[in-house]
Amino acid sequence: MSTRELTEIRWHGRGGQGVVTAGKLLAETALGTGQYFQAFPDFGPERMGAPIRAYTRLSSRPITIHSQIENPDVVLVLDPTLLGSVPVAEGLREDGILLVNTPMSPQEVREITGFHTGKVYTVDASHIAIDELGREITNTPMLGAFARATGLFDMEALIQQVRAWFGSKVTSGVVEANIRALRRAAEEVVEG
Amino acid sequence: MAQLKGWKEIPIGGMILEAGSAMEYRTGGWRAFRPVFGEAACIHCMQCWLFCPDSSILVNGENEKMAGFNLDYCKGCGICASVCPVNAKVIREAGEALKRDDPRLCIRMVEEGKFKE
Amino acid sequence: MSRFEALTGDNAFAMAMRQVNPDVVAAYPITPQTETVEFFAEYVADGLVDTEFICVESEHSAMSACVGASAAGARVMTATSANGLALMWEIVYIAASLRCPIVMSVVNRALSGPINIHCDHSDVMGMRDSGWIILFSENGQEAYDNAFQAVRIGEHPDVLLPVAVCQDGFITSHAMERVEVYDDADVKAFIGTYRPQWSLLDLEHPKTYGPLDFYDYYYEHKRQQVEAMEHAQRVILEVAEEFNRKFHRNYGLFEPYRLEDAEVAVVVANSTAGTAKVVVDALRAEGLKVGLLKPRVFRPFPARELADALGHLKAVAVMDRSISFGAMDNAGPLFLELAAALALHGVQVPIADYVFGLGGRDIRPGEIERVYREALQMAETGQVARRVTYLSVRE
Repeated sequence: MSTRELTEIRWHGRGGQGVVTAGKLLAETALGTGQYFQAFPDFGPERMGAPIRAYTRLSSRPITIHSQIENPDVVLVLDPTLLGSVPVAEGLREDGILLVNTPMSPQEVREITGFHTGKVYTVDASHIAIDELGREITNTPMLGAFARATGLFDMEALIQQVRAWFGSKVTSGVVEANIRALRRAAEEVVEG
Repeated sequence: MAQLKGWKEIPIGGMILEAGSAMEYRTGGWRAFRPVFGEAACIHCMQCWLFCPDSSILVNGENEKMAGFNLDYCKGCGICASVCPVNAKVIREAGEALKRDDPRLCIRMVEEGKFKE
Repeated sequence: MSRFEALTGDNAFAMAMRQVNPDVVAAYPITPQTETVEFFAEYVADGLVDTEFICVESEHSAMSACVGASAAGARVMTATSANGLALMWEIVYIAASLRCPIVMSVVNRALSGPINIHCDHSDVMGMRDSGWIILFSENGQEAYDNAFQAVRIGEHPDVLLPVAVCQDGFITSHAMERVEVYDDADVKAFIGTYRPQWSLLDLEHPKTYGPLDFYDYYYEHKRQQVEAMEHAQRVILEVAEEFNRKFHRNYGLFEPYRLEDAEVAVVVANSTAGTAKVVVDALRAEGLKVGLLKPRVFRPFPARELADALGHLKAVAVMDRSISFGAMDNAGPLFLELAAALALHGVQVPIADYVFGLGGRDIRPGEIERVYREALQMAETGQVARRVTYLSVRE
């Protein structure tokens, strides 16, 4: 993990998977923990099912840079089918973190993406999401895995934020299922 | 010509801050045609009063009858003559197209230069 | 008590509109301003504002309704971008000419074509001679803060002009950032109650707006607009001072960043100024005396103040996010005006223009660093190698 004051994160997913929401949720978490942040989508057209990207910056100091992120510290891949079709490790810092939703091992992901430095984490977030949520919506479990892999957020603060975010929008059953998924992913994420 | 005011003396943005200021602008001078009562009897239907865009139809306040034209403001557009139902009747009964200054009409339009009392 | 919220730039401006609680908003959605109108429509639906929200069928109608409402004595706000602003065109001039203090968010986007929805400043630069006051904002926070100040500036009896508050399309309009949201009551106290002097709805004193204005008086009315613009600069500073005191900010005509002891500086507006600050810090760490000037008030253009702020430099590089096609050297409008300002105020300094980021092309710290290094070169040689550079365009 980079020791820079600024952490730059890139999200990969498909339109409709909650990629932009996940980026914003992370921003809200940063707000709740007194950090500075930026969350922005890739400004291209978004179509259901098409590969999309989103970005987040986190820092303990005000962020004034408004360029796009070329060399992220962390890359999160929400959809396993993107591996091999989208160059997810492109520009990722040598000491960066690649976190992928996949049943594969970190070693297998290294083979496919060609990312042989830094750290690779994998978690089968799709499986967890189907188990807990009944649908393959992987953004909340991936946030759990992210908190665990980067150590950037306290798990309880993150959970509190998820509760606040979903709050009145969905039933309490759905909120709790999301939190179970988030905790499970944090426990099941594998480093390699 | 009256002295024109400077930019510090006039309301901003071209606003006109009092109502009825059009009274000060005598547009009768624009007129090329003048409305004149003809031979046909006016039935005082007030169609001309209703349609006149310059409020130039004079009405007798006592008997509420059409009393002529305010030539200070009449621009001579001829709408009064066009909407006059008596004119329509006269033309129909004549069985031919009448010139707009035909004396048989109720309201006729006479060229300003050719008009004689 | 203020609070911090995670808001996109569009949402921040909508939040400001909620707190201003204007009498009338007439708007038509266009990318990338859409979210502002959507959020505001939500506030209306939720009963959070008393605003008469007019969903019009085009931007021409939006600005027309704004002018009518403003003439009727309402506090009026709207929002648009690029082609939407272009469709308003005729009424944009009329709003200024009829002295309607409308506040409009302009989320900067390239004015076609070919069709493009991303950021540059070609839209707002087109309205620079229309008689509107124009403010730039680096991020959502500044757009939010400028919204309140715009209300006060426009409605000031010595000004009575419409105000455009700009921010960069997508780059800040769609970026969620930390925004300090002030207490509703504090905002209300700051903006005060609008007391229109000449309301069309004042039936006791009937009046006419927008009559035919010929060669006998039209020119005098234009001269009055000049006077309003001249007052505007003083009012902008007075309002900023009050705002800064109340909300602990630091607004002025422009923001100098590490400029005082700098030898060279970049002048760039909106979000790119934020990115340039990072470059300034990095180059300062190398011991290079570089600084930044971020324009906030583009209309009225503070020529003398800019000349004073930049007079000590050895070189100036302007960064323009639009081109004034066919103008001198095909430069950008900010450069043209600043170069003239410096020359007329006796500042003899090498100055060059860097056009960048058209149609949303990303501008990276490395490219801004190149601008600084070339400016340092200019300072050293006293020569301008190239008057205008189209930064990073592919040959």
